[in-house]
Amino acid sequence: MKFGRTIVAAIAVGTALGLSGCGGGGSAAGSTVKIGIKFDQPGLGLKSGADYTGMDVDLAKYLAKELSLGTPEFVEAVSAQRETLIQTDQVKFIVGTYSITDARKEKVSFAGPYFIAGQDLLVRADDMSITGVESLAGKKLCSVKGSTSAANVQKLVPGVNLQEYGTYTLCVDALKAKNVDALTTDDTILAGYAAQEANKGQLKVVGKTFSKENYGVGLKKGDTAFCQKVTDALNKYFSSGEWLKAVEKNLGPAGYKPGAGNPPTPAPCS
Amino acid sequence: MGELFATYNILGAFGLTILLTVSSAVGSLVIGTVVAIMRVSPVRFLNRVGAFYVNVVRNTPLTLIIVFCNIGFIVNLGMSFTDNIARNNIIWAIIGLSFYHAAFVCEALRSGVNTVPAGQAEAARSIGLTFGQSLTEVLLPQAFRGAITPLGNTLIALTKNTTVATAIGVAEISGLMKEMMEFRPDVIVVIFLIVALGFVILTLPIGLVTTHLSSKLAVKR
Repeated sequence: MKFGRTIVAAIAVGTALGLSGCGGGGSAAGSTVKIGIKFDQPGLGLKSGADYTGMDVDLAKYLAKELSLGTPEFVEAVSAQRETLIQTDQVKFIVGTYSITDARKEKVSFAGPYFIAGQDLLVRADDMSITGVESLAGKKLCSVKGSTSAANVQKLVPGVNLQEYGTYTLCVDALKAKNVDALTTDDTILAGYAAQEANKGQLKVVGKTFSKENYGVGLKKGDTAFCQKVTDALNKYFSSGEWLKAVEKNLGPAGYKPGAGNPPTPAPCS
Repeated sequence: MGELFATYNILGAFGLTILLTVSSAVGSLVIGTVVAIMRVSPVRFLNRVGAFYVNVVRNTPLTLIIVFCNIGFIVNLGMSFTDNIARNNIIWAIIGLSFYHAAFVCEALRSGVNTVPAGQAEAARSIGLTFGQSLTEVLLPQAFRGAITPLGNTLIALTKNTTVATAIGVAEISGLMKEMMEFRPDVIVVIFLIVALGFVILTLPIGLVTTHLSSKLAVKR
């Protein structure tokens, strides 16, 4: 009997903890604002200990300050959960290599683009045989399962020998171990990996993009007023030179230069 | 919904899920039976090896085993069966799933062995049957029949555990689900329901069949 009561108590405490953990989605309550970013992309959105670094993080901090939303509190926005996080108000907005697509616009609205990236290849620094997507025949390629890049490269190079993992980190390891010949995804993400301390000098970005990804700030669908505010802030971000500074600080170490069309002109909010 | 089926090879992905399930079921049944025999054999060394195997494998997360099959064996040791990455990963996923579920099959069989009264094993030995003979003629046939329900549970768990193979890029249904969610977040609920329904269609009959068989084949004592 005593044992039974202990279990009931444990469940009650667990439920209470769970509930309190789920609460507090709104941003109006305090002086913090919840912003969705990626936690695992060096140079873009990376969590290391209690610190957050990257181009997307810098933009998120800038927006929070510029729009006086409060202290940013970063929430991990895994690709598959981004729309849900916004729809259920768990985050105010998302800055996480979030490409603007029509299917996504059905669920959320976008401000931006704030950056134009493109799919590219990351290869070993001493590998001269891969110069672009057309030289991939017979090569082993790596990408992340279920990602846009993986589907795209399979369309462009039918029958490509593609290894897919759950994370890019495993791809980088396989690339360094010479088990695959190239890693493909957005050039920004690749530049981030190439610039990492552990990979410096061993990997290089080919620098010939074969797709166009418009990164936008994801926010609640139909919130035109907020979208307009973010768009104005983005324009200021570009014109003040903060944008270029953030790009050079985060992606510069890999010798990365933003591609044509950058900085982009944000689309009007609708 | 028809559009989803037209754009994505949903049935093909479920086909791969079934291939993984069936191959690993056979593999784990073979390995599991061997381990179970080791655990009930009169040789102490074999007992210990069998117990060690079960305790280590059963308590290791499946994701770890599957990823190790790729990172450990393929990437670092270069143990590849073929140059085709996708096929190589399928083979290693089946190996990983087989060895993992063998631990559960072994324990299911051991529970089946326990349903056989000790007197029967003693009787078998007293009429002069060797350990091998009493195992194959008396113990195992009854053990399998007594272990149908736990074996069915293991098979259902195995069916769902095949989704872990997506971690090394096997193109089974959960990998496709991720891809569909990436491109079609507008119909995310439909995608989720299709995959969930697919698994119910796969696993529900296993449960029904094993329940039916377990009562039909039960050894009446």
